Amino acid sequence: MSDTVITIENLSKKYLIGHTAVQEGFYRYTALRDVLTREVRNFARKAVDVFRGQQVVQGDEVEEFWALKDVSLEIKQGELVGIIGRNGAGKTTLLKILSRITEPTEGRALLRGRVASLLEVGTGFHPELTGRENIFLNGAILGMTQSEIRKKYDEIVAFAGVERFLDTPVKRYSSGMYVRLAFAVAAHLEPEVLIVDEVLAVGDIEFQKKCLGKMGEVARGGRTVVFVSHNMAAMKSLTKRGIVLDAGRVVCSGTTEQVIQHYLQSMSRAVVPERPRAWGKGKRTAIRDVRLLTTADHQPTTQYVPGEPLVLEVTIDKDENPGISLELILTDASRTRLGLASTYQFHGQTLPEKKGTYRAIMKLEPLWLAAGDYAFDVATSVPSTESWDHWVESAVEFEVQFSNALGHPWDFKQSYGYGSLTLLCRPAAEFLSVGD
Amino acid sequence: MSDLIVIEPGGRDRHYWLDLWRYRELFRVLAWRDLSVRYKQTVIGVLWALIRPVITVLVFTIIFGRIAQLPTDGTAPYALMVFAGMLPWTFFSSGLSEASNSVLNSANLITKVYFPRLIVPTATVVVAFVDFLINFCMLFLLMAWYKFMPDWRILVLPAFVLLVFCASVGPALWITSLNVKYRDFRYIIPFIVQLGLYVSPVGFSSSVVPEQWRLLYSLNPMVGVIDGFRWCILGGQSELYAPGLAISIGVTALFLWFGIHQFRKVEKTFADLI
Repeated sequence: MSDTVITIENLSKKYLIGHTAVQEGFYRYTALRDVLTREVRNFARKAVDVFRGQQVVQGDEVEEFWALKDVSLEIKQGELVGIIGRNGAGKTTLLKILSRITEPTEGRALLRGRVASLLEVGTGFHPELTGRENIFLNGAILGMTQSEIRKKYDEIVAFAGVERFLDTPVKRYSSGMYVRLAFAVAAHLEPEVLIVDEVLAVGDIEFQKKCLGKMGEVARGGRTVVFVSHNMAAMKSLTKRGIVLDAGRVVCSGTTEQVIQHYLQSMSRAVVPERPRAWGKGKRTAIRDVRLLTTADHQPTTQYVPGEPLVLEVTIDKDENPGISLELILTDASRTRLGLASTYQFHGQTLPEKKGTYRAIMKLEPLWLAAGDYAFDVATSVPSTESWDHWVESAVEFEVQFSNALGHPWDFKQSYGYGSLTLLCRPAAEFLSVGD
Repeated sequence: MSDLIVIEPGGRDRHYWLDLWRYRELFRVLAWRDLSVRYKQTVIGVLWALIRPVITVLVFTIIFGRIAQLPTDGTAPYALMVFAGMLPWTFFSSGLSEASNSVLNSANLITKVYFPRLIVPTATVVVAFVDFLINFCMLFLLMAWYKFMPDWRILVLPAFVLLVFCASVGPALWITSLNVKYRDFRYIIPFIVQLGLYVSPVGFSSSVVPEQWRLLYSLNPMVGVIDGFRWCILGGQSELYAPGLAISIGVTALFLWFGIHQFRKVEKTFADLI
């Protein structure tokens, strides 16, 4: 077919990775003799590798690792295709192969037209050169001709908003200015096929919006765009088709809606480790088990997607005493307490009177948590005596991979130090002019 | 649509040389970048390009010419003869050592964008060439000082400039590609360059080499190049040993072919190995 721009057939890519052998047994320290024998063995292996013309891999054992396995795909002229997947799923490897940076181990890909790839903003920027010089340098690296750059020069400068600093070496730029200038050059590329890695996750929100607008413009201009992102909102607004990669394979391919649905589900269907519970018990109750469940089909999970209802299942043994309340305390990675849920204090509910084992399903309203690790302390209390009965610390732990999977453009993380909650404005802020 | 790119394991780009031509602007820009940052934040700047060879010439003239009393070519001043040899040698050695590290130094480019990798080492050789031109001006000053007039032979010099260019690029490409895979070469290069200075007829005239060894000596491609430079610059004072030159050209061509061949064989794996 003539309007197929990218054809990918059974593309696979293998890497060799080295491991250091784990010291086993009683002796934790390493004797000189061991070091020597190991070095000699490594040297012998390296010598053999060199002799065969193979790559030198550091480490004692070499393992094969398939970053991509049997990926097939067809992309038509003017399509905007999004690729999503966890970290290490092979997204970047795929883009690298398509942009001819590295070669596949098996399979092949056919590309029609001029391809430009943007795996990083500001590739090849030289800190000693001025902004003006770097525009030309970066443009040439991305495959623009000098006359093309000259034609778009004013547009690029205006887009970046760095007019005053064009003759300053970029090493003196603030990181925001640097990124803006870098993206401005990239945004003015006009290839037939554009390959973009997660580059929108930089810069301030205002600028990100500008970038997304530019990408939409590129797409409307009839060009083909392959686009990797963790930003589901951007993905939804820009692309119509998507694929999900997992462990180097295409696990889902379809419309953006379907793909995002599949991804969010698979993300939350991470395997829950079974571990023995030795939580003891209180006077009247014993918390036996706590699990985080997926919103859609109530399966155990370790992942939570912010913006969805958070479902917990708590299994409790109790005796015949009435008036028992169930509490959940949410904590972040630094064990800071973020919030409390209580069946009695907030809803007037207590556990049933009859002695036995109960399974409580608690569905919390959507939380906008920052990316990072969280845990729930789970406790039972007796409100009438204002005392705790059984308290289990970190009864269930879970992870938020991306804070913005369902919404805002920026992936806000706990580790940034601005807290653990994404505080969103709904509807968005309004700005009223009250004077000049 | 005309441009069909096939990506497959071990596949040779059909349009490699065309691609190289298309990316000529990148080549120009990279060379310009290297040149413009080369002497930033230095006090004497471009003078560095002159100081090294001039001092070496001075030392060689004193040691080989005065102390060891080695003969010069004909009646040419010894310093001039050394400088004529030093010119191509400096170009060769700085081209070789900078090119061999060039791919490693632009790792950030190589892992992020596609372009024919051949551009990177050749662009650095161009930078060495600019230093060469600066040194050339120095040579003319020196000739004026000695009131030495070149004859028609100087017109043949561009041919030898081309020869030294090829003689540098060939081994440089080969070593560059090896250096990416086996970092041992990073330590070997300075050694080769240092040793080569004494093995090649830089500080002395190649006429001091015994006649029966000269053919063998010419296997070093720089012998033919340096002899050629002297023949052009020193006018009739230096003899050109034709069989030796032929061998040097042959070896240079072989190295050039081999270097490009090896480089192209591994350039696609650079991004994985770097």
